Amino acid sequence: MDETPAILLEQVNKWYGSMHVLRDVSLSVAQGERVVVCGPSGSGKSTMIRCINRLEEHQQGRIVVDGTELTDDLRALDAIRREVGMVFQSFNLFPHLTILENCTLAPIQVRKMKRVEAEELAMEYLRRVRIPEQAKKYPGQLSGGQQQRVAIARALCMRPKIMLFDEPTSALDPEMIKEVLDTMVGLAETGMTMVCVTHEMGFARQVANRVVFMDRGEIVESGEPNALFENPQTDRLRLFLSQILRGH
Amino acid sequence: MSIALSSGATPARERPPLGTTGPVGWLRANLFGSWWSTALTLALGYVVVRFLWGFIDWALIRAVWTVPMGPHGPDATICRQMKGAGACWAVIGDKWRFILFGQYPYNEQWRPGICVALFIALYAASANRAFWRRELLYLWLGTLAVIFALMWGGFGPLQFVPDDQWGGLPITLILATFGLVAAFPLAILVALGRRSKELPVVRILCVVYVELIRGVPLISLLFMASVLFPLFMPEGLNPDKLLRAQVAIILFAGAYLAEVVRAGLQALPKGQSEAAEALGLSYWRKTRLIILPQALRLVIPPLVNTFIGFFKDTSLVLIIGIYDLLTAGKVALADPAWTGFAAEVYLVLAAIYFMFCFAMSRYSHGLELRLAAARGR
Repeated sequence: MDETPAILLEQVNKWYGSMHVLRDVSLSVAQGERVVVCGPSGSGKSTMIRCINRLEEHQQGRIVVDGTELTDDLRALDAIRREVGMVFQSFNLFPHLTILENCTLAPIQVRKMKRVEAEELAMEYLRRVRIPEQAKKYPGQLSGGQQQRVAIARALCMRPKIMLFDEPTSALDPEMIKEVLDTMVGLAETGMTMVCVTHEMGFARQVANRVVFMDRGEIVESGEPNALFENPQTDRLRLFLSQILRGH
Repeated sequence: MSIALSSGATPARERPPLGTTGPVGWLRANLFGSWWSTALTLALGYVVVRFLWGFIDWALIRAVWTVPMGPHGPDATICRQMKGAGACWAVIGDKWRFILFGQYPYNEQWRPGICVALFIALYAASANRAFWRRELLYLWLGTLAVIFALMWGGFGPLQFVPDDQWGGLPITLILATFGLVAAFPLAILVALGRRSKELPVVRILCVVYVELIRGVPLISLLFMASVLFPLFMPEGLNPDKLLRAQVAIILFAGAYLAEVVRAGLQALPKGQSEAAEALGLSYWRKTRLIILPQALRLVIPPLVNTFIGFFKDTSLVLIIGIYDLLTAGKVALADPAWTGFAAEVYLVLAAIYFMFCFAMSRYSHGLELRLAAARGR
């Protein structure tokens, strides 16, 4: 494995107004590593993951992605966003474009790929998420689970080095969660670097190298999933796990 | 799905009770539902029939269609005898060319005539989605160049006609078309600027522009353009009146359209913008490919509403002495031979405005339906 970490956060701080939402967050994700971030709502986990491709700006500390530091330099930002794919809780497919167009847009516009090549690539990924037959439809015609799988394919079409997942199954009906998680497990098996905010503990056990538990803007505990879940060191994590387990 | 019946026979298909469907059912439900509704229907029906009959009687049955020529032009004596009882359409027959083309030299009026036809053809071509390609832009530029060449002339056999002699429908179409075509991109830029977080100075400028322009009536802007503006210009440099009025209309329409576009931008979920950014799209690509196509679709009804409003508002240029369609009609009435036949002229003017505005309205309705269908909703 390469020595430079895929993602490096050093002492990152962020405030919304006077609210301190990230407190001295430090995290290093190695290439090929799969990290699951969990924690109660409002704990800053989404904010942290959104800082990694600068959908949110941090105010203190350093964030280095794929060897490039996130600064105000827009060109560096564009370079990072090309290499980092993101999947959102609310899918955010482009409703005025077909499934195929959703997937080919960025490769054509950003990677300057030829349309034919981009379409071949998109069809390959749509096959991989098992919905190639929906290519000509519009997002509004698909179920939530299908839309989220398209969103994963759309991000993969940019051939990113890193994939970020921001609660990808939270907006889904229970019967659709599995199809999305299966897709993500399949992706993990390809050796993709993944950072995933989720409450799906089964998924965490199955694919994560490491689980990070956040609460009130800071990283409280982190470790190998089974050790972390079986043997929590802090009261906060114990409380969180008991709530999660009761909820399931 | 099939349900086995013990007898094996299909049950008799129930029909809705007689008189609840079809035209009879509709009448019963909507016009004669209760005694109160019946009374209203009868009363309103009486008023409508009475008015319609009166109008048909005036406009068609007792109307005067032509008048004989007297020694000093048309002799409107018959019209005057019928005044109040029958319409005098002869005024239109005599004056239609002045109403349509204003003071444009009489023998050259085929030129503005062709221009009107070109404008309408251009609108028709632009309305067709099959033509929504880059070539359409060239078609617009080419057609507009031809229109101005024809209107001005001054080459070959075409005599030069300065634009203060232009008038009537071509002026209305020029002001409305250029006004909206130029105001629309301006409005998009202002709306984007007004939402910009990174460029506070641009945002403030956009807010000031919109609020200033919206805060004054179009009439006062036109006055400023025609009276005040030349005072500040150096001697000798005086852009012509039509151009100044055009600029005033563009600025005014731009401010209103900007607010409509901004409403569309605000209605889009933030996730659309974030998803585009996360894919690495630059600001302008994101705006052009993701944001605007959705935002503008959302505001088609208010956009067309504003378009229609401005098409009619171009008639305000009459106060600074430009001969648009309405002014030409008014001036035509000043002819002593035809004084007193305003109703006929204004009805025809209204009909012309209505044709253009109604076409816009129907087109936007169709466009909404087709775009909704295309998205599978």
